[in-house]
Amino acid sequence: MADSTATAPVDPANWSCPAPLRDRPVVVMGHGGGGALSAELVDGVFAPAFGNPVLAQLADSAVVRLGAARLAFSTDSYVVRPLFFPGGCIGDLAVNGTVNDLAMSGAVPAFLSTAFVLEEGVAMDVVERVAGAVGAAARAAGVTVATGDTKVVESGHGDGVYITTSGIGLVPDGVDIRPQRARPGDAVLVSGPIGLHGVAIMSVREGLEFGVDVASDTAPLAGLVEAMLRVTPDIHVLRDPTRGGLAASLNEIARASGTGVRLTERAVPVPDAVANACAFLGLDPLYVANEGRLVAFVAREHADAVLAAMREHPQGAGAALVGECVEDHPGMVVVSTGLGGTRVVDMPLGEQLPRIC
Amino acid sequence: MKYIDEFNDPELARKLLEDIRATVTRPWALMEVCGGQTHSIIRHGIDQLLPDEVELIHGPGCPVCVTPLEVIDKALAIAARPGVIFCSFGDMLRVPGTDRDLFRVRSEGGDVRVVYSPMDALELARRHPDREVVFFGIGFETTAPANAMAVHQARRLGLANFSLLVSHVRVPPAIEAVMTAPTCRVQGFLAAGHVCSVMGTAEYPDLAERHRVPLVVTGFEPLDILEGIRRAVRQLERGEHRVENAYARAVQEDGNPAARRMIEEVFEVTDRSWRGIGRIPDSGWRLTEAFRAHDAEHRFDVTGIRTEEPAVCRSGEVLQGLIKPTECPAFGTSCTPRTPLGATMVSSEGACAAYYLYRRMDTTTRKEMSPVG
Repeated sequence: MADSTATAPVDPANWSCPAPLRDRPVVVMGHGGGGALSAELVDGVFAPAFGNPVLAQLADSAVVRLGAARLAFSTDSYVVRPLFFPGGCIGDLAVNGTVNDLAMSGAVPAFLSTAFVLEEGVAMDVVERVAGAVGAAARAAGVTVATGDTKVVESGHGDGVYITTSGIGLVPDGVDIRPQRARPGDAVLVSGPIGLHGVAIMSVREGLEFGVDVASDTAPLAGLVEAMLRVTPDIHVLRDPTRGGLAASLNEIARASGTGVRLTERAVPVPDAVANACAFLGLDPLYVANEGRLVAFVAREHADAVLAAMREHPQGAGAALVGECVEDHPGMVVVSTGLGGTRVVDMPLGEQLPRIC
Repeated sequence: MKYIDEFNDPELARKLLEDIRATVTRPWALMEVCGGQTHSIIRHGIDQLLPDEVELIHGPGCPVCVTPLEVIDKALAIAARPGVIFCSFGDMLRVPGTDRDLFRVRSEGGDVRVVYSPMDALELARRHPDREVVFFGIGFETTAPANAMAVHQARRLGLANFSLLVSHVRVPPAIEAVMTAPTCRVQGFLAAGHVCSVMGTAEYPDLAERHRVPLVVTGFEPLDILEGIRRAVRQLERGEHRVENAYARAVQEDGNPAARRMIEEVFEVTDRSWRGIGRIPDSGWRLTEAFRAHDAEHRFDVTGIRTEEPAVCRSGEVLQGLIKPTECPAFGTSCTPRTPLGATMVSSEGACAAYYLYRRMDTTTRKEMSPVG
């Protein structure tokens, strides 16, 4: 290759590597990654267009008052590829994802809506299997699919099946769970091993197929939350760490509450298969998606009892105390490494990228 | 996982640290050459655990960071062409060119794909004979054999629609450039283990001798790095300057002869510009004349693209250890991984990005204590 500059003595005192500041005039995949780019999209486009105090809660679900009732209300779209993966399919995700968003406000999920966008040419038996999964997951989670809609788009304008679900549920009296309530001293609990869903999806994605015995953790969490609330209604924060993983959820909580979060790396339950896949791909398990896990912030005095209740529930059998909420470094998540050092765990930017070496 | 867990053991790490503490009597500045090592050092907090006398200077060994702006612009131009499938390692997609990155090209309709191996790109070329498949062949001696193999196979299989955009760089000339710089502070090197697993160690005794520096071939897990530091410090304290192999489970003296032969058959040494550093003689590889048909630069006629790199950031000083990333006024303010002013902020292996991702807590404190810029 011919380089542009003439050979000159190298003087590292003049080394520099500039790249211009840029903006993004078009949507890129990272805008849907659940990280900093997603947050910019919400803050820069959606909040100015239709922002209001309810939306400003920025929790997994909004809590609204309707007459005498306090309702949790949430919506989510599912565009996962492939449609079927080890441990579940898009239908399970569409139910469990929205059920879990409601549960993260402490609500008892009651009703769901489903909207299917089908691509012309998709096999009918695929639609039947997905619909069957939606029905089974709804029954398992104890919610009723109360209304629905179907649209068909031309071949090439969709990816087989997209599903949007919305849900509502009742928030019990005395329950006030939101990210702003994290406070120094809180114990940080995780309900089980992390990274399973993200690794399961990556292991079957075209071009990345690798042999790994991992199934998605997709599961409804409302029952687990009920069991935790029986110990104490005063749970401060719940979050299900989906896109962006535990790192994104903890960063959101730290920023919303103005507190710091201190994690102990060795306490975070990472299954061997997830650790190995991440080492191989150059990814960090803290950033890998989950679909059946929650992270909880509870006052120190309730931590042991809540943890014990979690471990007795099937969805919380692998629950662990992974860290604490601190006054230091407000808005930041810091990990104590296995060797005794520390590092900041930042909000992911967009998509996690496999590293070159 | 085997070969990873054993090299993360906190108890053994403590013993190595004690040994280093017991050995060191005065300040030493060591450079870890490879970006993978920088990433590991910062991720595990190894630099925080070392005695104050041992300073780690983060070297120019991040392949993503040093790929010149001009080559990125060529990649963007090729990737935007209709009919092209442009394949790359994942972390090149976010590296900004002059006015966009590969993500942006993809969002505008370009067929840009992340692959894990150039052989995956070759397979795409076989499956899509009507498309031009281009692989972005960057990196050090570590990635060169597989890229060479892909081109070699393409010729053997008659896959005329496969080509390589080459921007390979070599470590020894970079070490030479670091050591001959007038402001050089480096007294010893942790040489890049995976580079040596391919090339062996034959290129290094001459460097160690002429510049009178210890060169310790070092791996990437925490214990590997601590062992490399321990041996380098021991040599320095004894006044020695030898090549030592602290990564024997992966590196043999003659490297991987089959991989070297593949490189020699397909590539030839050339001068190369390094982003943020400048032109270093004999510091890269390009395809030989015999493989020119698979050279994407010629096939797509982008040899005319010329991009000058305006000097705005201080990564040069970071790369030679004159300042830490956190001492740059732009660090964490106008320069972040989201809006990088310099390539060292782009890849997670770049020193600035590693500090930003893992050390912002220190920065916040520092900036509160002594405002800069």
